[in-house]
Amino acid sequence: MIEDFKKIYDNRHGYMKAWKEKNPDWKVLGYMCSYMPEEILYAAKVLPIRMLGGHEPQNVTEPHIMGMFCPFCRDVLAQGLLGKYDYCDAIGITHTCKHINQAYESLVLHRGVDHFFVPTPNKMQAKQALPYYAGILKIFKEQLEAWSGNKITDDDLKRGIAIVDENRRLMRQVYETRKADNPPISGLDSMYMVTASQMYDKVEVNKFIDEALKKELPGRKAKDDAGIRLMILGSEDDDTEFIKMVEACGSTLVIDDHCTGSRYFWNTTEPGDDLMSVIADRYLKRPPCPIKDMPSRSRIPHIQGLAKEWDVAGAIVIQQKFCDPHELDKVAMVNALKAIDVPTLYLEFDVTVPIGPFRIRVEAFLETLGSEDLF
Amino acid sequence: MGIYKTEPLKCWGKAKELRLSVYEGIKKARDNGTMIVAGGTESAIALPAGFDMDFLGGEPYGASCAFAGVQDTSWNRGLMEASEAASYPRDMCAYMRIGIGSLLSDKFVFGGKYPVPTFNLQTHICDTHGKWYQIMSDIEGVPYNVLDYVPYEWETENESEESKRLKRVYMKDQMLELIDWMEKVSGKKFDDEKFINAVNWECESTSLWAQCCMVNQAIPAVMDEKMMYSLYIIAVLMRQQKAAVEFYKVLLDELKDRAARGIAAFENEKFRMIHDSQPPWHSLQIFRYLEQFGAVSIGAHYSFSLSGGWAYDRAQDKYLPALAPKEAGVTLSTREEACDWYSEWLLAYQTLLRSLRYSGRGKHKRIQDIIDNWKIDGMMIHLNRGCEGTAVGQMELRRYLSDRGIPALTYEGNLADVREFDLERTIDKIDTFMETVGLKKI
Ligand code: SF4
Ligand code: SF4
Repeated sequence: MIEDFKKIYDNRHGYMKAWKEKNPDWKVLGYMCSYMPEEILYAAKVLPIRMLGGHEPQNVTEPHIMGMFCPFCRDVLAQGLLGKYDYCDAIGITHTCKHINQAYESLVLHRGVDHFFVPTPNKMQAKQALPYYAGILKIFKEQLEAWSGNKITDDDLKRGIAIVDENRRLMRQVYETRKADNPPISGLDSMYMVTASQMYDKVEVNKFIDEALKKELPGRKAKDDAGIRLMILGSEDDDTEFIKMVEACGSTLVIDDHCTGSRYFWNTTEPGDDLMSVIADRYLKRPPCPIKDMPSRSRIPHIQGLAKEWDVAGAIVIQQKFCDPHELDKVAMVNALKAIDVPTLYLEFDVTVPIGPFRIRVEAFLETLGSEDLF
Repeated sequence: MGIYKTEPLKCWGKAKELRLSVYEGIKKARDNGTMIVAGGTESAIALPAGFDMDFLGGEPYGASCAFAGVQDTSWNRGLMEASEAASYPRDMCAYMRIGIGSLLSDKFVFGGKYPVPTFNLQTHICDTHGKWYQIMSDIEGVPYNVLDYVPYEWETENESEESKRLKRVYMKDQMLELIDWMEKVSGKKFDDEKFINAVNWECESTSLWAQCCMVNQAIPAVMDEKMMYSLYIIAVLMRQQKAAVEFYKVLLDELKDRAARGIAAFENEKFRMIHDSQPPWHSLQIFRYLEQFGAVSIGAHYSFSLSGGWAYDRAQDKYLPALAPKEAGVTLSTREEACDWYSEWLLAYQTLLRSLRYSGRGKHKRIQDIIDNWKIDGMMIHLNRGCEGTAVGQMELRRYLSDRGIPALTYEGNLADVREFDLERTIDKIDTFMETVGLKKI
């Protein structure tokens, strides 16, 4: 149920340690970017979990990573260096931004952990990307087989796809409910749901989401008054304190474009005969990370569509400080929202966000949005 | 009197002439309305060479503006501020911000208005590369396309042949499609012969530059790094042209002659250093300051490999100049063959571009190779806030060196944004470093 998502988020390591004990024939792989093909991992009896930061001050990454790399990647690296993810049997990454890649490299160098690198394409729109990526996924599958000792059959892959797709479908349904005038689930709980899906066994999480959809959400109102409907988009974001604060200021976050949100689960796998191509195709077609959105800007119609369908009055664009991928799209996204009359508030995040000053800016933003209704 | 004899390079003037000819060509093309293609110079620049065109490369252009900013800050600070005024964040790639600022201000550092290209074609190397020219195209309103670059992994990672094959085919097939796209958006016919020649010349000139760098293993070094900046730039700007091949042949002969005669780049060479990342182009005097202690930077993974072709030789466990098609006994006859070979060249032999993607053990191995074979005493690492590509792995590199007792000096800066560089502080750091390695001012 909804409260389980928060429990998993808050006690992610405890959950995983207990899960490992109950499932001794499985391995666990910590991954660092939402492009990791989780279907193949489930097929290999390797549980994929996303490594996120701890949102606490730390002093262990300074010798490994330059100050101009984003706070999120430093936070993830810190968690790894501090041994918080030591229950992972391996770590893995797909080709994504350089910053998180640096965190991965440093963990490989200093934690002596087994590791997997999947060279994802970046020009997702290229027709050549599909055969390339399907071939790369086949290599990844073989590497996993050798490492886990589990032969992956087509049936295993279908099972993996089914688990992950079920998770995607369920979360999409929950997001659909947020179109309501007064949504049954808050932005905060939605964020807990998506991050819990990344952090824990999806078979378990799927049960919680399914139950919530059937028993909890119908007729529910997350708040008495939803207030101003907002969208949030930008860099990696699991800053629950910030989300809580925004929603406490008279607004509800009804939709997002984050890799810890809708980008992670938006599309499911389309049917096809060659399973590697089918899996590859799903990742190529998902709403892209900015650095994979080339040559066309497919993010523009997608984000404008979300804003319209979820009927938002404004959008908060958050930016992990120094996050190049999202900085590179900043002007285009702000302009795209402006073009459909959605005002934006741009905020720069660090490992811990300064809630006080941010509250003042959020309140001022909401005030301008609210006053527009008057005239 | 120095320890070694020194003399000016004879082909210095020719290098300058060639460099300027590139920008003169762009100016003419702008004024006459003939075809200009823009993108990163660290890209597949032989690809558009199937057309008669002038190529405007973003990185050397950014460096030129940063350097011009020493005399006139409007070319450095001014352009950065123009890009910031248009809401582009301040901590992004400094070359990119200069490019955007120059375009928005409609000013070209070599004179006149900013030359808007017929189209932009970029290779996606670091996170910024591909997106940079997407933004430029947004502003310019000209067509844009991108070549995805997924380089081979370092030798330390034992990448499978199948993985390499997939990457090569992926790149080759993209190139073939891009040729059709360029024809479509330019309305011009692509000339295969010109393209094949360009691929051959690009491979040859970058291999020749690597051979020039090999000569610098001599003691004393025949080139210091500051000289190299003016020499490798020919490969950066025009490596796909025959004139570059001819230039490097002459340079190689001259360098070999200098080595045979014991001619030094720096007469008091006592302490041989290498440098990591691009230098702060606005403050190159730091290299002269090193010399006051008898220290000289004689190269870098960056200046050796930015436009150098290097192949790893497993038998000797070292990096050697890669063999261009002709030397490797390969004749390129068709567009497909040229794309295939060109892909292999970029994926396997462009080791700097590889290190923008993968740092870690492989890059450490290459740096160790330079330290061993170029007989290096210490390293200088520019913690470069202006280029996230080369900043990858720098802190781990520092640890690697310190674990092995190799003296390393780090200093913070920005390749083009002078606001992020503190000259006094850098000089202090150099002083402290020299003290720790026991060098005093001469
Ligand atoms: S926040 Fe941005 S820079 Fe940081 S890891 Fe994510 S995409 Fe990369
Ligand atoms: S960040 Fe560095 S490698 Fe990337 S485009 Fe800029 S200068 Fe080039």
